[in-house]
This record gives sequence, C-alpha cells and structure tokens, in this order.
Amino acid sequence: MNPVETGATWAIWLIVSPLAAALIAFLLPRVAAGIALVNAVFMTTAALALLDQVTEAPRCFALGGWGAPLGIDLYADTLSGVLLVVTSVVFLATLLYSRSYLARTAIGPLFWPISLFLHAALNALFLSADAFNLYVTLELLSLSAVALVALADETRAVAAALRYLLASIVASLAYLLGVALLYHATGVLDLAALAERVTWTPTTWAALGLMTAGLALKGALFPVHFWLPGAHSYAPSPVSALLSALVVKAPFYVLLRLWYAPFVGAPEVVANLLGLLGAVAIVWGSVQALRQERLKLLIAYSTVAQIGYLFLLFPLAQTRSALQGVTVFILGHALAKAAMFLAAGNIYQYLGHDRIRDLRRVARELPVTLAAFAVGGVCIMGLPPSGNFIGKWLLIEAAFEQGDWGWAVIIVAGGLLSAAYVFRVLGHAFTLGKKRAEGTGAPATMAWTAFGLALLALMLGLAAAPLIDIIGSPVAVAVAIAAVPAQ
Amino acid sequence: MSWQAALPLLVLGSSLLPGLVIFALPERSRTLRTTLNLGGAVVKLALVVWMIWQSGQGVNYELRAALLPGLDLVLRGSELGLFFVGLSALLWLVTTIYAVGYLEDSPNRSRFFGFFSLCVTATAGAALAGNLITFLAFYEMLTLATYPLVVHRGTAAARHAGRVYLAYTIGGGGLVTLGTLWLYSITGTLEFQPGGVVAAFVDSEARALSAIFVVLAAGIGVKAALVPLHSWLPTAMVAPAPVSALLHAVAVVKVGAFGLMRLVFSIYGVDVATGLGLAQGLAVVAAITIIYGSLRALSQRNLKRLLAYSTVSQLAFIALGISIGGAVAATGGIVHLVHQGLMKITLFFAAGNLAETLGVHEIRDMRGVGRRMPWSMAAFTLCAFGMIGTPPMAGFVSKWYLGVGAVDSDASWVVWLLAASSILNAAYFLPIIRAIWFEAAPEQWPKERTFGRAETSLMLLLPTLFTAAVALAVGLFASTPYSPLEWARLIAARQYAP
Repeated sequence: MNPVETGATWAIWLIVSPLAAALIAFLLPRVAAGIALVNAVFMTTAALALLDQVTEAPRCFALGGWGAPLGIDLYADTLSGVLLVVTSVVFLATLLYSRSYLARTAIGPLFWPISLFLHAALNALFLSADAFNLYVTLELLSLSAVALVALADETRAVAAALRYLLASIVASLAYLLGVALLYHATGVLDLAALAERVTWTPTTWAALGLMTAGLALKGALFPVHFWLPGAHSYAPSPVSALLSALVVKAPFYVLLRLWYAPFVGAPEVVANLLGLLGAVAIVWGSVQALRQERLKLLIAYSTVAQIGYLFLLFPLAQTRSALQGVTVFILGHALAKAAMFLAAGNIYQYLGHDRIRDLRRVARELPVTLAAFAVGGVCIMGLPPSGNFIGKWLLIEAAFEQGDWGWAVIIVAGGLLSAAYVFRVLGHAFTLGKKRAEGTGAPATMAWTAFGLALLALMLGLAAAPLIDIIGSPVAVAVAIAAVPAQ
Repeated sequence: MSWQAALPLLVLGSSLLPGLVIFALPERSRTLRTTLNLGGAVVKLALVVWMIWQSGQGVNYELRAALLPGLDLVLRGSELGLFFVGLSALLWLVTTIYAVGYLEDSPNRSRFFGFFSLCVTATAGAALAGNLITFLAFYEMLTLATYPLVVHRGTAAARHAGRVYLAYTIGGGGLVTLGTLWLYSITGTLEFQPGGVVAAFVDSEARALSAIFVVLAAGIGVKAALVPLHSWLPTAMVAPAPVSALLHAVAVVKVGAFGLMRLVFSIYGVDVATGLGLAQGLAVVAAITIIYGSLRALSQRNLKRLLAYSTVSQLAFIALGISIGGAVAATGGIVHLVHQGLMKITLFFAAGNLAETLGVHEIRDMRGVGRRMPWSMAAFTLCAFGMIGTPPMAGFVSKWYLGVGAVDSDASWVVWLLAASSILNAAYFLPIIRAIWFEAAPEQWPKERTFGRAETSLMLLLPTLFTAAVALAVGLFASTPYSPLEWARLIAARQYAP
C-alpha cells in the first residue's frame, strides 16, 4: 500500500513553480523570458527527480497537508513520471526557441505567462487521480491553450481559437456530466475508489459514454477532430508545437486512466469502436495531410493521424505490450511533432509563407531546419530506431498476439502514408530554383532546438529497453491506481 | 570492452563519423572534406581487412545491445557478412575517389558526401547485422540515406526518380517490417543462424511460414530489383554516375541480394526453404527476372538505362544461385555478389567518363569513341564481355558454377536459361562494342572537355581501370586461395553441411 505523504515534494513543486513563474512573468514582462527558461530547467530536474522517486512504487502526495476528500491528493506513478519528463523537455526546447521567434513577430509578452500556466495545468493533470480534479485541470489546460492560439495576430487564428474553445466547452460539459453521474452512483471521485465501487448499471453506461465522447472530442479523435487542423496550424509555431506535442495527449491520458481503473470492465464493443475510429483517423488524417497545400496544415493533419494510433490501445489493451507501446509512442510523437512544428516555424519566418509548392532551395538555405523536419518526419513514419518505431512494434506485437491482424496492417499502412506526405515536402525542399532576394537564414537557436528535439525522438528507441522497464506492465499500472488507498 | 571487440562498431564509425563531420563543413573546405572522405574509406578498408584476418584466426566478433526486452540489436562478424562488407569497403574507396573527381565543381558537395557516407555505413551495418531486426534498421537507413543522392541534381526528373524510388523502397520496408514481426510472433527469435531458426515450427506453422517468406522476399526483393518490383532502378539512373555505382554495385541492390541470402540461409535454412517449395518459387521469379531484364535492355537507347536493366537481369543470378539447391550453385550465386559488383561498377564508371568528358549519354553517340577514350572503353569492353560470360572474366566463373550446380541438382532448365541470358547479353552489348571500336567517330562530340594529355581526369580513369583489372583478376585467379570464389565456396559449404 502507498501511504499518503505530506510536505514539500517534487510533485508539488511541479505545479507551484510554473504558477509562481507565470505570476512573475505577468507582472514583470521584461524578465518573463528569463523566468520562463529558469522554470523550464527547474521543471526538467524536478520531473526527473520525481520519476526517480516513483520508479520503485507509485506515490501519493497530499497538497497542503489535507488528505482527500477535503484536500487534494496528488498521485504519481511511472506513467505520469515519464510524461512529466517529456513535457518539461518539450517546454524547455520550445521556450528556448520562442525567445528568438517572438523577437521576429508582433506577438506580445503575454505568451510567457500563458505558456507557463499551460505547463502548470499539464503537470497538474498528469499528477491527478481524481475524476473531478482531472476535469479542473483539463479545463485550465483548454483555456490556456485557446488563449495561446488567439495570440497569433491574424483573424483566421482567432476564428480557429473560437472553434477550439467551443469544442472544448462542449467536451468539458460532457465529461463533467459523466463525472456527476459517477459521483451520484458511487459517492466517490477518486479513481481508485471508483474502481472498487463501479457496477455496470445504466448510469455507469451513460457516464462511460459521456466521458469517453467528451475526451474523444477534446483529444481530436476522428470524426470529431474538426477543430484541430485550424487551431494547430494558425497558432504561432511554438504554440503549435506545444499543442500538438503535449496538449492533445492530455485527454487521451485521462481516458487511459479511466480505462485502466473505473472502466476496466468496459465491454469489448466500446474498445473496438474506439480502435476502429483510431484506424479511420490514421488513414483519413494521412490522406488529408497528403492533400494539404500548406506545411503547417500538413503537420496538423499528421497529428490527427497519429492520435489514431493511440486509440488502437483500447482493443489491444489486454496484451502486456500494448500500453508500453502506446506510452513510448506518445513520448516519441511529442518530441518528433514538436521538432516538426518548430522547423515549420523557421521555414515560415524565412519564406514569409509555408506553401509546400514553393519550398524550393530550402534544403540548401535552411539545412539544419530541414534536417530537423526530415528526422522528425522519419520518426513519424515509424522507422527504426525512433521511439515511434518501438511504439508501433509493440502495438503490432500485441495485435499478432491477440490474432487481430487488421490492426497490424493499419499500423504499417499508416507508416507508408506518412512517408508519402513527409517526402512530398522534402521533394519540394530539395528542388533547385531561382534564388530569392530577401530572407536571412533562421537563427541558430531556432534551428538547433528543433533539430535537438528531432534527434531525441530518433534516439528514443535506443533507450527503449530501460524505458519499458521503468514504465512496467499495464497490469502494474492498473493495480497501482487501485492500490492507492481511498480516503 | 577492448577495441578489438568493438571492431564492428569501428567499421561503422569509420564512415559514420566522417559523414557527420562532412555535413557540417562549408562548401569551400574541399581539402578537409576530401581528406575525411578518403581517410574514412581507407580506415574502413583497413579495419575490415583486419577483421577478416582475425576472423580467419578464429576470433568471434559479436556486439549486443538490448532494444526491447528479449530483443537485441546485434552486430556479428559472420563469414557471409564479412564477405559482403569486404566488397563494399573496397568498392566504396574506389567510388569515393571517383566521386571526388566527378563532382569537382558541382554544388552541395558537403551534403552529397555526407549522405554518401551514411549510405555506406548503412550497408556495412546490414552486412554485419546479426539478426533480422538489426538488418531491418539498416535496411531502412539505407533507403533514407540514398534518397537525397537520387534527387541530388534537384531537377524535375531527379525528383520524379526520387519519388519512384521511395514509393518502392518504403513500401518494401513496410513489408519487411510486417514480415519480421509476424515471424517474431511465431518463432520468438530473429537471430541469423546457419541452418535457420524456423525448423522447429515447420510442422505446426507451415502455411504461416510460407506466407511470411513471401512477404519478406517481396519486401527485400524490391531492393534486389526482382521483377515486377524493379522499375525504380532504371528510373533512378538520372542520378550522378557515382550514385549509380553506389546503387548498382556497392550498396542498395547488393543489400537486397544479400538480404535474400540471409532469408534463405540464415532465417529459413536451405532445407526448410526447399522443403516448403519456397526456394523453388524464388528460383522461378529469378529466372523470369533474368530474361525480362535482358529483353528490356535490348530496346534501350540510353546507355545508363541499358546498364540498369542489365543490373536487374544480372542480380537475379544471385537469387537464382541460392534458390536452386546444392552447394555448387550457391557458390555461383554468392560469388556473383562480388563479381557482378566489380563488373557493373566498371561499366558505370566508364559510362560516367563518357558523360563527363564528351557529353555522351545515348548509345548512338558512342560511335568511334574507342579512339578518343581507349582506356575507359577497354575497361568497358572487358566487363561487357564479363557480363556476357566469356572466359576468363569473373562473370564466366559465376555462370559456370551456376550451370554445374544446376545440373548437379537436376535443374537442367537453368543451363538453357544461362545460355539464353548469354545470347541476350551479347545481343545488346556486342553492337555497342562494335560501334565503339569499328565505326568512325563524328566530327564533334556533344559536349567535349579536355584534360591535358590523358583521355579524361585521372580521378575518373584510375578507379575505372582498377575495378576492371580486379574483375579480370578474380576471374583469372578464381581458384587461388583467398579469392572470392574460394570464400564463397566455404560459405556455401557451411549452408549445406549435413
């Protein structure tokens, strides 16, 4: 059993520090960037320290000395640990990038406090194991994400932000309604306690349906992904990176927590339906990505496709390797997709547009940036040794183990389609043509942060063996949640 | 870990590190780039020779790193692997010298040589791979590293070739991935072992194993350019001549042919592959490829395109040799890996010399070129005869073993096939040779450049002459100890040992 711990721990710092930094950044815009970077470095350390703490066993921390149900309990296991680490790494790189990026745009200093707030919300979400706290953190996350999209000084970005906001609110309401139903039926909100008390009554059914639908909408699962391409592509590039790499993973994470604890006995038909929608998302998103004329839209549609892979977890959930695979996949996608969006940002600032047709000479004039895009793209294709390769490998292994061939074929086909859209971009970028008069190359920081993330994504696969060791088996994760004492 | 044990890694590093440094070099630092290129190539060759020597003394090289629980990345100095890595290290050195001369004044040389080095690293990795997953990783790396070389010129034709190349090879990679996982789900191991790893499962999973073989052979067959998966190769001939050499002789198609050997010898084992009728199927595909490639070569007007179709045809001899059964035929197939490489690289070098010096690309412009460029054309002629299979060239040795082996294993149709192939080869090479030597030269060449007293730049000429000489030597001295043939015999004997 895991006793509830009190006192100042890394888990609490992971929420308090970005909040405090956000406040300072809001009040003192002049030091905002510096504070944000210091915070990002501290977050990386804290996340690693926390991961080290929870490697042995999951732990539970009481915020402010009050235990549940009065106070707020924080819960951390290896799954939340690795997600916190990758979150802080992506933030560190993206914020480093943003300093140079913002200097070349009209986006105001509000970027810093809001992005710090977003970081706090993400960390809090990954540290929650309570249906209502998860709702609150999801809400904070969506609001700060919408605000960041609206920072772009374009009307279409504001329109996309509004659409994002509306989808988010509807999704939150559905989720909240589900939480209320569960609370009504069981009288508890803690996931572990819920897991013990849930019985399959019509109320539970309704809660399952509402919460899953809400999270699917927030997580942009096909066919309710309509808000994603606009929001992710019209946002400023560092924001696109944060949204695509991290924010869309949060609703999925919540769904995963629910699936392995309260809804662990959910009927197979729901799992298969989610998997099926995921499969359609892979194909649909990739085909749409192939048809796009603009680079950032292409990358956004690629995210729609990649989210599909995550949902393949549900039909394969009984097999040991599936959750491990999806976790590694999430990490790999976060790093690779952030790299691609940052690279796209460089290209956009250099050319003044991101029309794929007119990318000629980019290979020659922005070599490091293009390398970042290409390496990120190779990871998205799922080629070895990337983390995405390991993720897909483990998923396919699970599919073979369960004798469900179809999923394996979809996974490989999705990889081929992604190769098609990535190389479509590279083909244009390698084309020679008339030299452009204007434009200077991207600043070194902007090129190399993107490349660094891409390289991490590529090398992630080489660290897969210890990583999987840390993540442990899905059974362990499920048991771990159930093992946290209900107060 | 002593440096001795790390030798396989050093072999990879000797081209990977120079490649990475070259990427970072500015265009103008030509001396440093060339030094790194040639230095890396020489070091690699030295390391490979040392490794081969030590293996002969009984040293076993094996490096493992866990990729997933129960699944390792493995580099191993097996006989077959060293055979291949020896070939690629030698030809890489020669090709590097040639490429430095060929790309003298063209743009983006740092990028070119960077990817060039990555290609060779991937090839060495595939050769030394000790299991299927390691092979797969380097197989995919090779696909990616070659793409920028194919589109290097940046023209519309180059981009088209790049697209076709990727469509085939990435698709093939997908098949290999699927087949690898499927195999793993049955056998639980992907190690390359003499005699294969599937024998224990033949009774229970015969149908699945047959299907996996087809999937893997199709995936690998893309790179080996087996009909009907070959059409990327003739399209890719728009790339610069050193790239063609790399594609046709050193790296890409060779990794395909080598992969087929691994599939038959080290995963399935000859007994299982023959027992399930899979080897026979591969032999039929190879036979069709041999005839089809030659027939298409007959109607080509562009020299490099003709050579590409000739590669399609010649490469299938390797697949044929390993699939008709018997150690003798297998020897012919294995040794053809080296023989075809030496002859084809010479032909492409000679074609490149023509293009660079005289601007000659089409066959009809080759009339009388023998008097203007006697050395290059002598090398070309020698190796063209080798392709036809005339003694004492290397090509004859391969075909002899294939023929004898076929008769041994009661597959006498192969003898007819060999005869037909020789006739077809003669039908497309002899008119060219006649035109080169016995027809009058035109008043003016399409785009002539002069290089002092030599017929062309020495950086281009010497590699051509060297590979031609080696192709002649391995044929002449085929039965001396340490020749490729003796080595191939040894490898084949291992596969067929009782």
